Amino acid sequence: MNELLWTYLALPLAKILVILLALVLLAAYMSWFERKLLAYMQIRLGPNRVGPKGWLQPIADALKLFVKEDLTPSFGEKLVFLLGPCLIIVPALVVFSVIPFGPSPHLFITDVNIGVLFILAVSSIGVYGIILGGWASNNKFSLMGGLRSAAQLISYEVPMGFAVVTVLLLAKSLSLVRIVEAQKQAGVWFVLPAFVAFVIYFICGVAETNRNPFDLPEAESELVAGYHTEYSGMKFAFYFLAEYANMVVVSCMATVMFFGGWLRPFPNVAALAFLDAIPPLVWFLLKVAGFLFLYIWFRGTFPRYRFDQLMGLGWKVLLPVSLVNLLVVAAFVAAGGQA
Amino acid sequence: MPVLEAVLAGSEEMEVSFGPQHPATHGVLRLVLKVDGERIVDAKPIIGYLHRGTEKLFERETYPQCIPHTDRMDYTAAATNNQGFVGAVEKLMGITIPPRAAYIRMILAELQRIASHIIWLATHALDIGAVTPFFYTFEEREKILDLFEEYCGARLTLNTMRIGGVPWDLPEGWTDRCRKFVEELPRKIEDWERLLTNNRIWKARTVGVGVIDAEKAIAWGLTGPPLRGSGVQWDIRKVFPYDRYDEVEFDIPVGTHGDTYDRYLVRMEEMRQSVRIIRQCLDKLPDGPVMAWVPKVIRPPKGEVYFSVEGPKGELGYYIVSDGGVTPYRVRVRPPCFVNLQALPELVKGHLVADVVAVIGTLDIVLGEIDR
Repeated sequence: MNELLWTYLALPLAKILVILLALVLLAAYMSWFERKLLAYMQIRLGPNRVGPKGWLQPIADALKLFVKEDLTPSFGEKLVFLLGPCLIIVPALVVFSVIPFGPSPHLFITDVNIGVLFILAVSSIGVYGIILGGWASNNKFSLMGGLRSAAQLISYEVPMGFAVVTVLLLAKSLSLVRIVEAQKQAGVWFVLPAFVAFVIYFICGVAETNRNPFDLPEAESELVAGYHTEYSGMKFAFYFLAEYANMVVVSCMATVMFFGGWLRPFPNVAALAFLDAIPPLVWFLLKVAGFLFLYIWFRGTFPRYRFDQLMGLGWKVLLPVSLVNLLVVAAFVAAGGQA
Repeated sequence: MPVLEAVLAGSEEMEVSFGPQHPATHGVLRLVLKVDGERIVDAKPIIGYLHRGTEKLFERETYPQCIPHTDRMDYTAAATNNQGFVGAVEKLMGITIPPRAAYIRMILAELQRIASHIIWLATHALDIGAVTPFFYTFEEREKILDLFEEYCGARLTLNTMRIGGVPWDLPEGWTDRCRKFVEELPRKIEDWERLLTNNRIWKARTVGVGVIDAEKAIAWGLTGPPLRGSGVQWDIRKVFPYDRYDEVEFDIPVGTHGDTYDRYLVRMEEMRQSVRIIRQCLDKLPDGPVMAWVPKVIRPPKGEVYFSVEGPKGELGYYIVSDGGVTPYRVRVRPPCFVNLQALPELVKGHLVADVVAVIGTLDIVLGEIDR
């Protein structure tokens, strides 16, 4: 009985707590990392007042948001206005329950045999948070931000799905742990056989998280702050946190599906065995950090797409390319080729 | 729930009040946009939020006292504002300024043109979503402002020209520092262009946006880069040379399509041409006094005068009526931004909301000058 309690309740709960805390901290420090990195790209210093080198800045920001007045627009739908931030933060955090940060048995909360499907399904709930939040604010800019976001998420989920299917064909499993293990067996990260799928996945991932150059829903110069214009205090913080958590999710998924998860480079080459000295968790985090860096790099470099161009890119370029790529990989797998 | 009611009533059009407090309206411009989804059906600029009655103020001030007021119209280009006003008074009084003063004015005006174009580029890129050029360009603008500060003590509202010349000679070593700056600038402009000119997204956002052909541009009275972007070779510095612009060589860059991208290219090239002018001015800089002889109390003869200069944003003209007294009887400013802004509804009709900010950026408006 005690043992059952331990395996099915205490341990998962402890893991959830640790991951949740780590994640919220990571998302908060992601903003510090982003501001610092952008600052260096833009020949300035970035936050440097709170704590040494601005290390405490995210904490100060969080405190500030906690004590801020929580305004609800008087003509807004009060309930839906409250629902928006909840709908966006919960899926963003729930997704982490299936992401394997390292090999079994302890470095993930659970391994679901439909892990990929679960992530896609749960993370698309988040769009309701944006649409409803934008609509309930009763602000024209918010509404337009919400509408843009809805259109964007729906169009980019399709090519993203096809890119993911490519990986599933190679791994023959929907479980994220099995996908990593399949890459170990194949001796190669899936990014090599499925490079096109990776590129499509990452572009879609950037679009899904509303980041530059696809940050139209919150395009400051056009829509003020887009769907979260009317949000303040912790409600705003939830949107903010969810955006960063979603960035981490997309990076984690890219790492798991294309870059061998917690595996070291060339997992089957014995000559590189010394790389095992670095623990799997560190490998995983390093790769994720690499993707997050890419996100920020994009932001420092690109202008923003226009709404119609964004849709055009999604439907006219990414979708056909991902379809053709899927067929090619499928034919390759059907012909008995081993990745 | 007005929005919901409008939707339920079957109305497809929505009215959005864009500004005056909006991050992309470059100050306090207000646009009332009629949008059908994201498409602009109509746009109506509403101005006057920064009205300070400058033209009326002129009537109360003596002529030299007017010069600081001109600084505050187009506050991103104070030197050219000064140049226009003092030029008008000089024309009215028939004063010829010493060559050295004219050359110093040209150097200042061209530096100012670069500084103004830098602000335009930075904010235009920022509006279209590229954040980084803002910081790269402003680093260079700081250097220009440092040069200004060293010359006249002010960085923004320069008050750097006087009726009859310029108030001071250049400080020692200023020309060397100025030369160093203009020698370095073309490389920096290349850096900025590398971030934008061939960027696919930048082109997607600017090519074919806000198109106006030459005929229409003239009909709307556009001047400056918006006119030249449509392919009209019209530059006050060439057609009615003032100061000593007839003694320096430079080209007038023109575009072909009259879209936002062409206007971008025109302004980028104008910065290079300004560098060329400054270089020649520094080479030719004559010796001599920097002020002509002018009476202690400026009393232009009775009459009226129109004098215009090529400001960074277009033709900046001053129409002064003098009744022979110490203060102008009436001053009317022909502000380039005000006239260029008129074309905005024409330029954005049928485009998307995102294009509105691109078009506002490409017209390079400064509300201080529009409202005065």
